Amino acid sequence: MITSSEGKSSVMAVPAASNMRLATRLRRSLRRDPSLFFMPALLIVSVAITVAIHPQFSDFDLQSLAMGALPLAFAAAAQTVVVIAGGIDLSIGSVMAVANVLAASAMEKASFEQSLLLAVAVLMAGAAIGALNGLIVVLSRIPDVVATLTSGFIWGGVALVILEKPGGGAPQEFLNLGTGTLFTPWLPNALVLLVAAVGVIWIPLRRSKLGLQLFAVGSDRIAAFRSGVNIDRTRFAAYIFSGLFSAVGGLGLTMTTGIGAPLAGVYYTLSGLAAVVVGGVSLAGGRGRMLGPVMAAFVLTLIPTDLIFLNIDPNFGQVIQGTLIVVIVMIGGFVDMERNRK
Amino acid sequence: MTERAKTVFSRVVAAVTGGGLVSLLRTRTIVVLVLLLLALVAGIELARPGTVNALWASNMMLFAAPLGIVAAGQTLVMLTGGIDLSVASVATASAYLMATHSGLGVAPAILYGLGVGFVVGLINGIGVALLRVQPLVMTLGTGLMTEGMLVVYSQKKMADAPRVPQFIEDLGAGKFLGGIPNDLIVWAPIAIILIFVLRRTGYGRLLYAIGDNSKACSLAGIRVWRILLLNYVTCGLLAAAAGLIIVGGTDSAELRLAEVYLLPSVAAVIIGGTSIFGGRGGYSGTIIGALILTVLNSILTLLDVPESVRQILYGAIILLLAAAYTRLTD
Amino acid sequence: MSEATFLLEAHDVAKRFDSVVALKAASLQVRPGEVHGLMGSNGAGKSTLVKIITGVFPADGGQIFVKGVVRSFRSPAEARRAGIVSVYQDPALVPDLTVTQNIRLAGASVDAVRKWLAELGVVRLDFSLLVRDLPDPTLRLIDLARALAWEPAVLLLDEITASLPADLSEQIYAMVKQWRERGNAVIFISHRMAEVSALCDRATVLRDGVTAGVTERARGSEERILALMLGAETARAVASVPSTRVSRQRPGDAQAALEVRGLRCSPLVNDVSFKLYPGEVLGVAALEGQGQEELFDCIAGSRRYDEGAIFAHGKELRLRHPADAIAAGIVLVPANRLLALLQQRPIPENIALPAFGGIRNWGPIRIRSERMRVESAIGRLQIDTRAGSELRRLSGGNQQKVVIARWLASGFDTLLCFDPTRGIDIGTKRQIYALVREIAAEGSAVLLFTSELPEIALACDRAIVLFGGRVVAEMPVSEADEATLLRSAHGLAPLAQASS
Repeated sequence: MITSSEGKSSVMAVPAASNMRLATRLRRSLRRDPSLFFMPALLIVSVAITVAIHPQFSDFDLQSLAMGALPLAFAAAAQTVVVIAGGIDLSIGSVMAVANVLAASAMEKASFEQSLLLAVAVLMAGAAIGALNGLIVVLSRIPDVVATLTSGFIWGGVALVILEKPGGGAPQEFLNLGTGTLFTPWLPNALVLLVAAVGVIWIPLRRSKLGLQLFAVGSDRIAAFRSGVNIDRTRFAAYIFSGLFSAVGGLGLTMTTGIGAPLAGVYYTLSGLAAVVVGGVSLAGGRGRMLGPVMAAFVLTLIPTDLIFLNIDPNFGQVIQGTLIVVIVMIGGFVDMERNRK
Repeated sequence: MTERAKTVFSRVVAAVTGGGLVSLLRTRTIVVLVLLLLALVAGIELARPGTVNALWASNMMLFAAPLGIVAAGQTLVMLTGGIDLSVASVATASAYLMATHSGLGVAPAILYGLGVGFVVGLINGIGVALLRVQPLVMTLGTGLMTEGMLVVYSQKKMADAPRVPQFIEDLGAGKFLGGIPNDLIVWAPIAIILIFVLRRTGYGRLLYAIGDNSKACSLAGIRVWRILLLNYVTCGLLAAAAGLIIVGGTDSAELRLAEVYLLPSVAAVIIGGTSIFGGRGGYSGTIIGALILTVLNSILTLLDVPESVRQILYGAIILLLAAAYTRLTD
Repeated sequence: MSEATFLLEAHDVAKRFDSVVALKAASLQVRPGEVHGLMGSNGAGKSTLVKIITGVFPADGGQIFVKGVVRSFRSPAEARRAGIVSVYQDPALVPDLTVTQNIRLAGASVDAVRKWLAELGVVRLDFSLLVRDLPDPTLRLIDLARALAWEPAVLLLDEITASLPADLSEQIYAMVKQWRERGNAVIFISHRMAEVSALCDRATVLRDGVTAGVTERARGSEERILALMLGAETARAVASVPSTRVSRQRPGDAQAALEVRGLRCSPLVNDVSFKLYPGEVLGVAALEGQGQEELFDCIAGSRRYDEGAIFAHGKELRLRHPADAIAAGIVLVPANRLLALLQQRPIPENIALPAFGGIRNWGPIRIRSERMRVESAIGRLQIDTRAGSELRRLSGGNQQKVVIARWLASGFDTLLCFDPTRGIDIGTKRQIYALVREIAAEGSAVLLFTSELPEIALACDRAIVLFGGRVVAEMPVSEADEATLLRSAHGLAPLAQASS
């Protein structure tokens, strides 16, 4: 056997753990995750364009933007959790619809205090639905694309059972949680709600052992298994969180639209996935930050807004969104190819 | 927790099916699928005696044909380990474009419709084959794009009201020889050609090979991108053709015409035995899968339940079928 | 010795996967304070037994005893809690997490891992680096250190020294001995006889899913192990293959089948030039990472190079895709079989694959002529097709034969073999080398890289040595003994006068 009997071990070539300056640490984070720079830049550019088109951009416009982006941001958050764990969830929109109509029909004649309790119940229902999704994916061994595509179909039917046609309502104070501005005119409630919900759910998760397991399973299932991770339980947990975020998104829909609409979810599944892709989270799993997709949700929502300001048919919005996805992923694919050519 | 649930689940499946059925399923998938289909048909007859007759059978074929054609393209794509989520938008767009150009004559109108399939399939192919974008994401994007463009186009073209030519109507809804649906004239040749291509041609072999291990194909000197590009174009064309038949059946080109075909197209392929990861399967299974789904749909229509409950049952049964299939052939 | 004193015992373990029987009645008894080798050719059942012992999947029959108590583990985590830990050739580390996160993930102590890494010779490693940014040998050591941090009573090392540089292998041997001194046991799996006979106190040999025998360390144990692995008859047959070569004479004006001139492919290939003539087998000898893999990939068309030229029969080639190389008659048998094979497809489809490269071959297949070519290749290579209709059911050796059969069936001028016998049992190894000789005798040219130096002399007519991305020596096979090759491979000048 050919062996090298002299010279330094190849192990020594690794950099030592010295005091890392902030700049080095920042540069390293950037290299590992380019979206950390790209997404905020894209968002700033989009906002700049919007303000340029419509200089009278007021706090009311900001409020509308936040309200419009809220459900999409939660859909993106839900998808992000599952994608990081290496899967995909095509039922998010339907689960949002279920949460939406559940809330709207239950809260129609409720008081504010009751509506808060009902909201908690809806969140638990969302998590339960997510758990069911997770069970289906893990136990049946059907690939998650097919399993969630089908289960989404089922949940859509459930939403229709709860509310055949758009309707229902909620107490005004509850609606105000998502609309209006509680603190200052330039800080919409919707934005506060978004940051609070994502922060409360995601930050502890990311730091916990379960969060580590989610990333591990998404990155390399076999290595994770050999390291002692229970793959099935981890994937199951990912879907519970997806259901939870979807339920928050459904509640957000209730707050911002004031009613429940059983067909509301159709748009959010695919657009949420689009926000994840545009937000720089790799569909292969194992890495990514929540920040990118949430910002991408705002960018995607700005597009129809800008079109309205430009007096262009807002239906073009979907065209542009679809084209944006296509162009971004094609460029991404091209860049990856060039990088791998070396 | 899940460990015990899994064991219980497998025991139930094993008890219900017995070992013999498993090996039968693995080697002669078609036989089991046909049995399942016959079981469903028998079920209908038992539940509502007199339903199953020649007219019913011919209607089943009539409705199954468009699904079968969309699922044909989906089969080709899924064999290579991909998926095409734009088929529904393409079918709808094709129908709409044909209908709005029907003033130019039947043949040019059809070409417009097929043209949509060609263009979208080409874009999908460029993304997936040349730029290595994941098929799910790429076709998702093109699907949204196509749907959006269709909405814009429909509003601009208010003047040219879409009209379905008689030829298409006959094709989509008519029958000949006292019962054979006309759309079989389109479906049957497609089926025969596809099965031949998959079993007996180099192109078919390459689809399986690429789905199994595209890196191995490169090393063996295959230029994979050429096959994939042609494959997505073909899928687009098939989806467009299906759209023309669907609109013939419904006689009015709406904007959500073919939406209901997306999930079933994937389901038919999976139930028919093609693995979503590629490298395994075929079209004959998809055909039976399409028939099973169509019969299933008609059963649900016979039940006097609201649309929402039907949706739930349809999805649940597809899940069960796909789960049983995946579990048994793992 | 009574059962209660065995740290680990496997008794008549059986396991089947569908119709393939991986283990029939495998037994293993490991005492405390010993290094126990586990030997067997590919397909004998070694890795299946290891996976059952460490809880990856359950056995169908038989029992596992840990310190005399019957256990059945349902996960590696459970086996770990019982004191049984395994380390494989592929580090069980998640690429997108840092070292610290990987350690935390597995529930080990970061300080303990740091301590064990120091014992293994790694002192200043930044634990906040991502695993994907670290070199493979480092990862192996981290994996091992993490395993040691759990203080396992039974440590299973599965081919852990494969393609490791010698100094790291030495660290591992030292650690193995240290672990034994503490009263623990180490189960050591390796294909390398020398390693096993140097390190192991006893060795269990598996053959065809049963335990063929157990040997103690003694003189001649290597031969006994070999005999147990092969079964008596095969051992005799294999021993009769002549191991010395007589170089062929080449006519003076012969044109090179393959010529490489000044090839540069940074960072590992710096300036490679050599000629390969029809009818000869040219061996390539090199240490780890001297550019040999990149060199082969460049010639085969699957990697772009920066400078230089490649000629086939005098004609310069433009290689942008393996199809270009194949069109020029140059084909590659890569080291990693998984890269080259279609696991779910049957053997004939795997063999016939290259035929469909050109567009005009996308049409209907001529079944009869395909079947003839495929069957003649299968027959020539003696591929065992009993395992059924999917390639993944075949053993490693048979799979490698399928890769070669593919090229035999489609024809070639020059065969590039990159470590074709890596991880293959001895019987199949000899078959493959005999085949390589035959192919050369028929007029083709063969470029052969092997990581096992003694095998250069088995199969080659000439040998070149790569060091630092350059050809530093060239010699006929008569001079290509292990010592000479080793010197040149280190970049040292040869002791004797250079000839050739």
